[in-house]
Amino acid sequence: MAGGPVAVTRHLPGLAVAALILALGLGTLAAVLWRGLAEGAGAALGPADLQAIRFTLWQAILSATLSAGLAIPVARAFARRRFPGRAALILLTGAPFILPVIVAVLGLLAVFGRGGLVNGALVWAGLPPVSIYGLQGVVLAHVFFNLPLAVRLILQGWGAIPAERFRLAESLGFGPAEVARHLERPMLRAVLPGVWVAIFVICLSSFAVALTLGGGPRATTVELAIYQAFRFDFDLGRAALLAGVQIALCLGAAALAAGVARPAGFGAGMDRPLPAPGGGVWLRLQDALAIGAAALFLLLPLALVALSGLPGLTQLGPAALAAAGRSLALALASTALCLALALPLADAAARSPFGRWFEAVGLIPLATSSLVLGTGLFLILRGQVAPAQAALPVTMLVNAVMALPFALRAVLPPLRDVQADYGRLAAALDLRGAARWRLLVLPRLRAPIGFSAGLAAALSAGDLGVITLFADGRSETLPLHLYRLMGAYRMEAAMGAALLLTALSLGLFWIFDRGGRHGAATR
Amino acid sequence: MALQLDDVTLVQGDFRLAADLRVAPGARVAVIGPSGAGKSTLLSLIAGFVLPTTGRVLWQGQDLAALRPGQRPVSILFQDQNLFPHLSVAQNVGLGLNPALRLTGADRDAVAAALDRVGLPDMADRRPAELSGGQQGRVALARALLRRRPVLLLDEPFAALGPALKVEMLDLVKDIAAEQGATLLMVSHDPADARRLEGEAILVAEGRAHPPVPAGPLLDRPPPALAAYLGT
Repeated sequence: MAGGPVAVTRHLPGLAVAALILALGLGTLAAVLWRGLAEGAGAALGPADLQAIRFTLWQAILSATLSAGLAIPVARAFARRRFPGRAALILLTGAPFILPVIVAVLGLLAVFGRGGLVNGALVWAGLPPVSIYGLQGVVLAHVFFNLPLAVRLILQGWGAIPAERFRLAESLGFGPAEVARHLERPMLRAVLPGVWVAIFVICLSSFAVALTLGGGPRATTVELAIYQAFRFDFDLGRAALLAGVQIALCLGAAALAAGVARPAGFGAGMDRPLPAPGGGVWLRLQDALAIGAAALFLLLPLALVALSGLPGLTQLGPAALAAAGRSLALALASTALCLALALPLADAAARSPFGRWFEAVGLIPLATSSLVLGTGLFLILRGQVAPAQAALPVTMLVNAVMALPFALRAVLPPLRDVQADYGRLAAALDLRGAARWRLLVLPRLRAPIGFSAGLAAALSAGDLGVITLFADGRSETLPLHLYRLMGAYRMEAAMGAALLLTALSLGLFWIFDRGGRHGAATR
Repeated sequence: MALQLDDVTLVQGDFRLAADLRVAPGARVAVIGPSGAGKSTLLSLIAGFVLPTTGRVLWQGQDLAALRPGQRPVSILFQDQNLFPHLSVAQNVGLGLNPALRLTGADRDAVAAALDRVGLPDMADRRPAELSGGQQGRVALARALLRRRPVLLLDEPFAALGPALKVEMLDLVKDIAAEQGATLLMVSHDPADARRLEGEAILVAEGRAHPPVPAGPLLDRPPPALAAYLGT
């Protein structure tokens, strides 16, 4: 291979990161299992825990099926219609990914909650009100988050059908039924399994949604059960056992995901102009209805948060501001760490003959959950540091690791391009080590690095996960503060905090993403 | 002593290349032959991008195997991607003096002088994208000038240029190699380039790189493998 004699030493940083990720993944797993086995006899899974496993699987199946199913008409409408604002709406389908879960939950409560719009209308019409808590609420929130993702992925599938095929279909006089049969259904058959599994995996380790809208014996996910065993019962053995269950679920889901082949041409563009479809008024009405309903469902809760949040801002006390400052610092530190992990790993993945292995290590966080990582780290650190003291550092580390796969996915392909385009030139000029990063990699990767940083910062700022395990009043982050405001039924203040948190998360994403692109554009 | 490929073989899947040859110091050598025969691979072996399966690549009797491409006594110009598009012309040239771009005042003067020498005195602050193809080739040459390596390898860097511009660049390369006493190896698929170089030629064909012979007579009375390629 190129530069043979030094081929090993130059991957040292990547090897170190890979070792760290493996140690973190396997170390927490070992800590959890060891603890679980040590107390396994006394802490067998009770009927409530089995119910939690059943609920976890059931809600994930329902959420994935509903999200993927509802996304089909919306994606089809987007694929065959051109209208003003279409591009902006498609762009918005990416937004829920960086929207703090707790904010969306608050928005959904404003629409579907006890005093929300829907129940207001039901009462006005003389009908009995509906409750958002329990299975229906958890699934509703999951559909809210994953419908946009599903629309996006399916829309890419539509974009991957060459426009020429549609032209051919038109010239053969196909109606909508024939187009569906010969073009759309084969594409959906290829795309939908991947979409379904992706959402199923996401929903398996759902915590914040279950924490806020679930709970009780009938609507507890495994992640939530870990939290309850840890926080309320302080039953470490049971928490460890449940974490083992969650690991098994995640690994099973990962194997399932790996088994579902990804359809060819998945990354293709989505703006290929399709010929205007036939079908007339009825079809057009159907598409308008699909897009309108989806937009209403996705935008109304957010609009309500924005509207009621503004007056709520005045109710934010010093505790909220301190929490916001903590969240900001946490997000920045976590972002820096995430990049420090992702860049050497991506570099090794792009340059090493064993690149696939480095890439695979970077995907490990997808097969674990933040609560399991948090529990494992707590078990490892126990007796050495007070939980409240460890809250922020552990959260920072876990957030950085959980964002790693996304950063890797953004950075690795362009890094491979840089290596293919300029690797030989850099080698010929002996450009290596720090100088190679400074003069070649960082300047060429500004945009994807900015995007990754924005993603990591937004995810970390909005995260309500592992922090709940450890935090006391002095280490409260803004999402946790918001959750506690909700718990105290101070809804106006909660709305204000939600608006602040949204601004923080989206603002961080915007600044980083913009910064990366701006620099890249002038070069 | 000279540049020597001592009983070198390279096997990459179905591809095989053998070379047992020596190039005299200061020689100007065209590397010719059918496409896919391994002309560029021969240069990659010398530059260190691939290591021989067996045999040794020697410079002045010293085995180069342990040296990274950037450490070898070699400068190479590729067919494309010779410049970093995000760095200025002066920075691209400066990489030839110090890969970390920590340049002293004297270094900067040397960069300016090199750009002067290749006929681009006013282009220091431009980006490569603002330059024509010929100008980009000149920038890469200016960098090779500063690196002062005794062997200059050209892997068809001027293939995309028009005929007149190519002749101009070839003359510039010849002059620079002569000034520095450098050994020049140039891959080309155009026999006219080989004649223009007024030196020797290495024929790469049928899995073998033959020792250099004077280019004119070789092209006048081509052996069968070369004749088939030339269509004569």
